[in-house]
Amino acid sequence: MIPLEQYGEFETAWCPGCGNHAILKAVKKALSALDLPPHKVLFASGIGQAAKAPHYLRCNAFNGLHGRSLPPAQGIALSNTELTVFAESGDGCSYGEGGNHFLAALRRNVTMTYLVHDNQIYGLTKGQASPTTAQGQKTKFQPDGAPSMPFNPVAVAVTMNAPFVARAFAGDIEHLAEIIVQAARHPGFALVDILQPCVSFNKVNTYAWYRERCQKLEADYDPTDWGAAMRKAQEFGERIPIGVIYKGERVPFESRLNPAVRRPLATSRADMGQLKSILEEYV
Amino acid sequence: MSDTCVSIVIGGEAGQGLVTVGDFLAKALVRAGYEIVVTQDYMSRIRGGHNTYAIRVSHEAIHGPRESIDLLVALNAETVALHRPQLTPRALVLADETIDRLGHPGLSIPFKTLCPKPMFENVAALGVLAQLLCLERSWLEGLIRSEFAKKGDEVLRQNLDVFAAAQGWAAGQNATFSCMAPPVRTEKRLFMNGNEAIAFGALAAGANFCSYYPMTPATSVAATFVAKGTKMGMLIEQAEDEIAAINMALGASYAGARVVVPTSGGGFALMVEGVSLAGMTETPVVVVLAQRPGPATGLPTRTEQGDLNMVLYAGHGDFPRAVFTPGTPEQCFELTYRAVDQTEKWQSPVFVLTDQFLADSYRAVVPFDLDSLPAVSAPGLTCEDPAGYKRYALTPSGVSPRLVPGFGEHLVVLDSDEHTEDGHITEDLAVRVQMVDKRMRKLEGLVADVVPPTFTGDESPSTLLVCWGSAVGAALEAAQDLRAAGKSAAVLHFGQVYPLNPEQFLPILERAGRAVMVEGNHSCQLARLIRQESGYHFKDTVTRYDGLPLTARYILDRL
Repeated sequence: MIPLEQYGEFETAWCPGCGNHAILKAVKKALSALDLPPHKVLFASGIGQAAKAPHYLRCNAFNGLHGRSLPPAQGIALSNTELTVFAESGDGCSYGEGGNHFLAALRRNVTMTYLVHDNQIYGLTKGQASPTTAQGQKTKFQPDGAPSMPFNPVAVAVTMNAPFVARAFAGDIEHLAEIIVQAARHPGFALVDILQPCVSFNKVNTYAWYRERCQKLEADYDPTDWGAAMRKAQEFGERIPIGVIYKGERVPFESRLNPAVRRPLATSRADMGQLKSILEEYV
Repeated sequence: MSDTCVSIVIGGEAGQGLVTVGDFLAKALVRAGYEIVVTQDYMSRIRGGHNTYAIRVSHEAIHGPRESIDLLVALNAETVALHRPQLTPRALVLADETIDRLGHPGLSIPFKTLCPKPMFENVAALGVLAQLLCLERSWLEGLIRSEFAKKGDEVLRQNLDVFAAAQGWAAGQNATFSCMAPPVRTEKRLFMNGNEAIAFGALAAGANFCSYYPMTPATSVAATFVAKGTKMGMLIEQAEDEIAAINMALGASYAGARVVVPTSGGGFALMVEGVSLAGMTETPVVVVLAQRPGPATGLPTRTEQGDLNMVLYAGHGDFPRAVFTPGTPEQCFELTYRAVDQTEKWQSPVFVLTDQFLADSYRAVVPFDLDSLPAVSAPGLTCEDPAGYKRYALTPSGVSPRLVPGFGEHLVVLDSDEHTEDGHITEDLAVRVQMVDKRMRKLEGLVADVVPPTFTGDESPSTLLVCWGSAVGAALEAAQDLRAAGKSAAVLHFGQVYPLNPEQFLPILERAGRAVMVEGNHSCQLARLIRQESGYHFKDTVTRYDGLPLTARYILDRL
């Protein structure tokens, strides 16, 4: 185990009471349990309050553009499989602006872990509905209620047979940390959708609201049963199941790469002999 | 010059195999030692429409395409009707015996009799052309052998038989066409187009990661990577969109890969956000942009030089960049190689700007001298003081020590927000100013590295044709024609258009009688850039934006 202090202690730009603080604690606990030294860890993130998380952690970090945490994360993971790669961002970044990248990442199945801080609202831009806001929920910008049906990332991931799909709650740090450990160890793409209150802008999905509804999956729940996982993935209302919803087996993308690809790419140089013989074909 | 030069055009519908016939003949001519310029004109459809594959061939150096046709191979009747106005007085029309030649001299070829199956028609056409051009049979038989040997003895024998039968048939006809002068060159050359040369320039420079979203006319860069790059250890991924393509490449680059992202204008429009990220995070990336006419989807399969402004200004905020504009496949190789080095050296995005004409234009390319290529800049893997490592350390050159994450205990932190020397978000406005100044200091280094424009022709010409990218061939030929008419002329070609170093070109412009900017766009984008950067104002311009490449005739008609 690596001491938690190794991952640093930083002043944050987050509101007091924000779920982000708890998620950061859980991430540090998980990294420590995974025995990952900071230089072997890479966090990619997008834009938003959640996306600042890698700045509050001693690690390698690629804090890119809004909605774009996944493409660089996959580029990094494919270039150097010796890094343990995480992408971390909010629900707007991940499922709104980054929706197409999420769908493609589920198809591609590169080994990495996607941590989504899902507070069902846009925080940094002050309170607009996000892709996971409940239909009809009133916000400052949707005073008549959010008009669209919410996106269900967990169900979509299970549909795509993503190898590891979990839902967690920021209010239970131990449980969340344990799920992150499992996600990081699982080969292929792992999604951890983390329910998290926004104390400033989401007056509906509060700590109390989540605590009332979030229930850990029963001990006898079998996450390898795809049909059961699909049913669990649909449950989001009076009762919200948290835990590992689905665990499957799909060959990770990097295992399908042509074996001629020499990684890590940082140490691979042009083979001029090979190039000369290829150019002979053009004579 | 026209006596030694023959323009062959193969026309027909998409799907009729005209590219196969064209490639076969063009490759045979290069093998035989001739110079070629291939122009491919095609419509945005998979079958039908009217497409052409034009080969201009000469025994001595030629640079650009030409409109006139000496040998028209018509795969359908429409081809004859459409291209009648371009036929020269000596032109022959070659067509299947079922096609009406509309009274033009030529040959009605009995393809059905000469070929056991339609798939042999390209070899039959080659036999007829070989006879008309008096090409040595051994050159073409050698090509047929190397093309078909892998398909087995039987297939090879059938092809050789068809070739001999077609040549024999043509010999028995009384078609008269002047023989080609024997080629001057004897050393081997490569049969290659601009996009292939770009891919090989990148591979030679050690490019080992390509993420792309397919878009004409850039697709064949990615196709060449797929076909040949994998053998070189390259990792290639077709991304979900252009936004993903460039962001994925930036991630790979951060992790130490050498990355190339091929696209065209419309795809590049989506990548602009990523270019800005590359500028802010100082992450190397080479974007290869094969231009086609815009705006929006424009003319998807035609050519233009209309995206210079977009590449110059892509991305919000100030950050340095370099833009290379090769004019020939040789330059495509050299300048893409250089682009990879420059992006790694200056940690700024670098562009290779080409166009459909050059991308698809085959030439006889002098083999690349792989043994004397300069070393390519590379990031470090480790450092002596990992705890003190700062990705964005302030330096006099503006270039900070770049390390790859994961190889030592140092941490590499990148941020799209303004950041401190160690890469973390900051809203400290003094740091902001320091960082902008640091990034922009790199521009001085990029200026010092600028590839000077190439000057060809009379020292103090009465006419100086100034151009960039693929316009160079047409400009060189126009200058040759001017000199042949007794006028002094020269060409100034920019293989790099940004940054500019006015000391390299202002004296040349000022000693010319008349400097004419020749560009394949409406607004004369390079002329405006030169005025902005040097104060020099071009009074004369020749522009073309009808989707077709510039030619000597086009330029001369407008001088």
